Amino acid sequence: MDNQRRVLSVIVMNEDGVLSRISGLFAGRGYNIDSLTVAPIPNTEFSRLTIVTSGNQRVLEQIIKQLHKLIPTYKVIESDTFVEKELALVKIPLNEDFSGLDMMLKAYNGTVAASGENYIVIMIADDSKKVGNFLKAVKKYNPTEIVRGGSVALDV
Amino acid sequence: MELSGSQMVVEALKRESVKVVFGYPGGAIMNVYDEVYKQDFFEHILTRHEQAAIHAADAYARSSGNVGVAFVTSGPGFTNAVTGLATAYMDSVPMVVISGQVPITMIGTDAFQEIDAVGISRPCVKHNYLVKKAEDLPRILKEAFYIARSGRPGPVHVDIPKDVTAQIAKFEYPETIKMKTYKPTYKGNVRQIKKAIDAIVNAKRPVLYIGGGAINSNASEYIREFAKITGIPAVETLMARGVMGHDNPLLLGMLGMHGCYSANMAMSEADLMIAFGPRFDDRVTGKLSEFAKHAKIIHIDIDPSSIGKLVNVDFPIVGDLKNVVEAMNPLAKERVDPSKYKSWRDLLNRYNEIHPLKYEDSSENIKPQWVIERVGELVGKDAFISTDVGQHQMWTAQFFPFTFPRQFITSGGLGTMGFGLPAALGVKRANPDKISINFTGDGSILMNIQELMTAVEYNIPVINIILNNKFLGMVRQWQTFFYEKRYSSTDIEVQPDFVKLVESFGGVGFRVKTKEEFDKALKDAIECNKVVMIDVHVDRMENVLPMVPAGGTLYNMMLEYKE
Ligand SMILES: Cc1ncc(C[n+]2csc(CCOP(=O)(O)OP(=O)(O)O)c2C)c(N)n1
Repeated sequence: MDNQRRVLSVIVMNEDGVLSRISGLFAGRGYNIDSLTVAPIPNTEFSRLTIVTSGNQRVLEQIIKQLHKLIPTYKVIESDTFVEKELALVKIPLNEDFSGLDMMLKAYNGTVAASGENYIVIMIADDSKKVGNFLKAVKKYNPTEIVRGGSVALDV
Repeated sequence: MELSGSQMVVEALKRESVKVVFGYPGGAIMNVYDEVYKQDFFEHILTRHEQAAIHAADAYARSSGNVGVAFVTSGPGFTNAVTGLATAYMDSVPMVVISGQVPITMIGTDAFQEIDAVGISRPCVKHNYLVKKAEDLPRILKEAFYIARSGRPGPVHVDIPKDVTAQIAKFEYPETIKMKTYKPTYKGNVRQIKKAIDAIVNAKRPVLYIGGGAINSNASEYIREFAKITGIPAVETLMARGVMGHDNPLLLGMLGMHGCYSANMAMSEADLMIAFGPRFDDRVTGKLSEFAKHAKIIHIDIDPSSIGKLVNVDFPIVGDLKNVVEAMNPLAKERVDPSKYKSWRDLLNRYNEIHPLKYEDSSENIKPQWVIERVGELVGKDAFISTDVGQHQMWTAQFFPFTFPRQFITSGGLGTMGFGLPAALGVKRANPDKISINFTGDGSILMNIQELMTAVEYNIPVINIILNNKFLGMVRQWQTFFYEKRYSSTDIEVQPDFVKLVESFGGVGFRVKTKEEFDKALKDAIECNKVVMIDVHVDRMENVLPMVPAGGTLYNMMLEYKE
C-alpha cells in the first residue's frame, strides 16, 4: 500500500498536556509527523492543531481514529478542500548577487520581511509544495538560514 | 460544603459507592490517608507492594464489573504502580488510580520523590489528570470514574499534588456528567445490523469469534442466545473464556497460539466471521494475511479504533456489544435457519474428534493439566480462577471448565507475571462467597509473594496452586522447540520451601506429589478457609500443545512435539 500525505485539522480542548498526548500518540505508535502547528481558537475553550502526516490507507485511518479516541479531542477534520498555507522565512547575506530575485519573489508572492546592514529576510506564504519549490529555487542565493512554519489549514 | 482536597477524595469515593480501596501510603499522599483513617465507609487494604495494589483493584473490577480503586504515593510508589496500570489498560479494565505528587510549588524542581507521573502513565491509561487546584477535584474525580467505566473501559490515573490535598475549596459533586469531547457510541447502526444479518443468512460456514469485549459489556447471556438461535459455532479468545460456558454444544474452544484444532480450523475455513468484541491480537491470529482468509468479517466493537486496525472489515458496527447483539437476536430469529449450518457444525465436530485437546496422563508423576481438570471437577462452578503467566496460564485456559463470564481472571494483553496472587485477593474481596483459586508457576509466584502477608492480615482466604515444574516453563518450552534446548536462565530448581514459606506468613501449605495427595490438599484447603499454598510437583518437561509458532498460520498447528 502506498504512502499518502494527509493534512488533519484537530480540534481539542485547550488544556494542560494535550499537545503531549498528541505528540506522544504519534511517537508511541510510530506515526509520522511532517509538521504540526497549534494555537488556541479565539473565544472558545478549544485549540486547533494542524498536523501534516503520511502513511498508507490503514495507518491514516488509525491515526484519525486514535486521535478521536483521545479524551480531549473534539473533532478531527480531514478534507480534500482545505486551504492550506505554510510560511517560510529565508535569510540571505547581502553580498550575494540578487539578479532574478525580484522576479522570483513576484512569481511566488514573496516579500522582503526584514533587512539589515548585511542581510535580507524574505518571506513567502503558500501551499507546502510551492514553498518547497521556492526553497529549492532560492538556494542559488546561498541562504544562511531557512525557517518553515508548518502548515495551517482551513476547511472550506 | 467546603472540604480539603483529601476530604474531597474520600467524599467522591463515597458518592461512587466504592467499597474497597487497595493501596500503599507515603509522604505525598499522607493527607489523603489521614482522611481514610477517619472514615469507615470503605475498607482500605494495605498491600505490601504498589504493583499488587493495582492488580488487586484490577481483579476486583474484572470479577465484579465495578470500578477498582487504588492509592499510591509519588515517585517510587507511582513507578511501582505502572506495570499494574499497563496490565489493566491492555485488558480494558475500569479503574481509578490516585497517586500523590510533590506540592505544585515544587513540581519541576526534581524534588524528593518527584517524578513526571502523568508523563509516564499517559501511554498506559485511558486518561490521566494532574490536579492543579482543589476546586477542580470534584469534576475530575467524577470524570475519572465516568471515563473508566464507560465506552471501552480502562484505567484512569489522577495525580494530586500534596498541597492540593490540603487546600480547602467548595465541594459540589456533579450529579451528571457532560463532556463535550467524549461521547461513546452505545447503539449500533440499525442499517449496518440489518446488513450483518443479511451476510449471516447468506453464509455457509459462519463462526462466532468472541473476545474480551463480550465480558466487558456483559453480553454473555445475549451471545449464548444468539448462538442458540442461529446454530453458529463459536470460538473464544483467552479473554472471553466463560462467555459461552464450557458445556455449550456450540463452543469449539479457545482459538489462537494454544487454541484447539477445531477452533483454529473453524477460523481458517469460515466464510463469515462474526467478531463479538475481540481485538485480533497476534497471539490469536498468527500470520495476519492468512487469518480467516476466506471469511467476510462482521466486527462489533465499542471502540472504533479497534475496528479495521489490523484487518479489513466488511461490516463494521460501532456500539456496545450487548446492545447490538440484543438488537440482532429478534432479526436472527426471523431470518436465520440454524439447520442450514448443520454440515458445517458436523465438520467442525469431526475435527474435534480427530484432534481433541488432550494430554497423556501418567502414573509416575502429576501432569499439570490433570491438576487443572481435577480442580474443575471438584469446584468448577464455585470458584473464580486467577492465573499468573506462562504454561500454567495456557493450560488453565485450555482445560478448566469455565461456566460463567468473569470467572477467569488473567493478564492477557500484557502477560504480567506476578498478577495472580494479588488478583486472587481482589477477586475474593469482590466475591466473598466464592472460592478464589490462583493457578501459578514457581517462577511467577515469587514476583508478588509478599502479598501472602496482605492475605493473612486481612483474612482473605485464597488458594494458590503452584504447578511447580522448576522451570520458567513457557520460556523453557520455546527453548526446547526453537533454541535447540539451550536452557538459558530458565532452570529454577533452586527454590524456597513453599510450604514453610507460606507458613511463615501465617498461612497453610501443602506439598503434593501424588494425585491422592492433591485431592486431600484441595479438600483441606477449602475447609480450612485460610491462605493456602499447594505446591504441586508436576512433570517438568510437559509442553503446552497444540501450538501455532509465532507468525505461523492457524491451520498449520504443531499438534505434538517429537524429540
Ligand atoms: C513480568 C514478566 N517477566 C517476564 C515474562 C516472560 N515470561 C513469560 S512466561 C515466563 C515463565 C513463567 O514461568 P512460571 O511462572 O514458572 O510458569 P510456567 O510457564 O512454568 O507455568 C516468563 C519468564 C513475563 N511474562 N512477565
